[in-house]
Amino acid sequence: MREPLHPLSDLNGKPPGTTSWRGSITEAGSEMRSYYGRPIVKEPTWTWEIPTYFFTGGLAGASAVLSSAARVTGNEKLARTSLYIGAAADLVSPALLISDLGRPERFHHMLRVVKVTSPMNIGSWVLLVSGGASTTAAALQLLDRWKPLRIAASVVSALAGPPLATYTGVLIADTAVPVWHEGRHELPWIFGASAAASAGAAASMFVPPRAAGPARRLAVAGVLAEGALMSAMELRLGKVGEVYHQGQAGKLSWAAKGLAVAGAAVLAKGGRRSRGAAVLGGAMVCAGELCLRWTVFKAGFQSARDPKYVVESQRRRIRHEGTKATTKPGDSPAPPSRGA
Amino acid sequence: MNLLQDLLEPSGNPDGWDAYGDERKERVGFFTDTSVCIGCKACEVACKEWNVIPEDGRVWTGESYDHTSHLGANTWRHVAFVEQRKPLVGDGDGSTGLRWLMESDVCKHCTHAACLDVCPTGSLFRTEFGTVVVQQDICNGCGYCVPACPFGVLDKRHLEATTDPPPQGGRRPPSSSGRASPATPETLPAKFLGRKEDGRVWKCTLCYDRLKGGHEPACAKACPTKSIQFGPLEELRERADARLAKLEAEGWNGAQLYGRDPDDGVGGFGAFFLLLDEPEVYGLPPDPVVTTRDLPEMWTNMLAAAGALLAGVTALTLLGRRG
Repeated sequence: MREPLHPLSDLNGKPPGTTSWRGSITEAGSEMRSYYGRPIVKEPTWTWEIPTYFFTGGLAGASAVLSSAARVTGNEKLARTSLYIGAAADLVSPALLISDLGRPERFHHMLRVVKVTSPMNIGSWVLLVSGGASTTAAALQLLDRWKPLRIAASVVSALAGPPLATYTGVLIADTAVPVWHEGRHELPWIFGASAAASAGAAASMFVPPRAAGPARRLAVAGVLAEGALMSAMELRLGKVGEVYHQGQAGKLSWAAKGLAVAGAAVLAKGGRRSRGAAVLGGAMVCAGELCLRWTVFKAGFQSARDPKYVVESQRRRIRHEGTKATTKPGDSPAPPSRGA
Repeated sequence: MNLLQDLLEPSGNPDGWDAYGDERKERVGFFTDTSVCIGCKACEVACKEWNVIPEDGRVWTGESYDHTSHLGANTWRHVAFVEQRKPLVGDGDGSTGLRWLMESDVCKHCTHAACLDVCPTGSLFRTEFGTVVVQQDICNGCGYCVPACPFGVLDKRHLEATTDPPPQGGRRPPSSSGRASPATPETLPAKFLGRKEDGRVWKCTLCYDRLKGGHEPACAKACPTKSIQFGPLEELRERADARLAKLEAEGWNGAQLYGRDPDDGVGGFGAFFLLLDEPEVYGLPPDPVVTTRDLPEMWTNMLAAAGALLAGVTALTLLGRRG
């Protein structure tokens, strides 16, 4: 039934696999068809605050862990600095999120329910706990008071930090955006590695090189892990993964890789001896991680915009798994609904 | 939480519907039979009128007779127009071989609704009729439901902000119909923390207010050809099966039901369709899946990643002690 029915099909010269229509007359012929090339799923309405928050939330979460771990090893300088960095990032994060809302004055509606089916709801609670704990710990550190409470707050923030750094991967994977949903296996890991890299890099900038060894190692390890995980995700994504090499996502991806790898190299090579190198390398890695979050963000928009990514991935599923949403004449009669 | 339970063991009923107990009403929906649609757009107009949806600009698209283009915050019924070089029935009469497909699209009111699952405020909820509705006094415009919907139904309204309609018994211009009135100068407040736009998410409510009053939704009421049929879902499914069998017997090209089967990726649509070509031709996804179906696995995966982050950072710091 699907063969070309008219010799004029594809006269507009568009390659098969893209929208095929002349004027408003759709021509049969190519398997991939669309409604005037219009998107099937909506692009998110999220603006610049969201990818920026992915960065600051990750920085806050991983810094809390770094701070507590450094304190255990007696590295007081690193512990304090990471505590302050984490608390600052935890303060900026809710401001960014609230600013993105269509109705910012209703931000507290996020906390009127606890809903595990909504990663954004769970994330709001995690941010509340993590941010509350890390800012409490930082304030008490500044005031140098109530040590037991400060330690308790630090422990809470160190435990809430990793979920804060990784849930954002679930947040975007739990959508109909093809490149995000199909990347669900790797995204939390990528965001976790990126968070580790940024926490290490930020601490390397503000801690004297002698005390910043663990931070530099963390930055380098985070950059390496994230590179490997990104490659793994692209392998899994296949065709839809091409958006990571196109348009804004493609440019950002180069910037992210270049800055992170070069920054890690500067940190590894000169960070131990030169404070200048540590600041430069740390800043480059942080910028690279911010670009990485933007890369993933933009790739999602690009994959939502073009209906071919939705149709092709679903058609592949239909071919391989036999799932479908249509009932055609001759199909075995649909089973009676289980409910209703 | 019963939503979580529905994720882990889908019951086949709409998520959250069973919670109504005795107050649960029969599940209702739409069967949109595109084979009798004449593209008059009475549904679009009736929907806009009844639900007081603001005008959102007039655009000449050049895409057949379609100038609304897609569902969104200000379009809850959208009539798609497709012109094809293909006869309507069998091989046709050999002359034009042209057919004009029209389809009135609408929110699918999924059995497993991603928008409802991901809504962080509980603004989106399941009604006693099994439909999915946004509570406008709760929505804070986070926008999560927008990319979560596999059909691209929901969107944020970027038009000028208005207050919520006055509550029952509140001040409102004289109106016998009892429906919300458009914003008048005295109901216009203000800016919301500096925002001028409405900023909330809007979509089809399946005329929740009309259902409560025992009326059928405005679009179905206005449809002159019964292309939009409203009723109990089970009954609609039977009607659709009979219609499909009839079109098959008459040799219509490409006739198929879309969203009728409760075993599809969203558990069946509350508003399903009879189409005359593949879903993507009308801008619909061929195999929509509720994204939260994979959420239990995603949460497990995230916990593993978080654990690895905790262990990794700790290990690298402890190593530093020795080195």
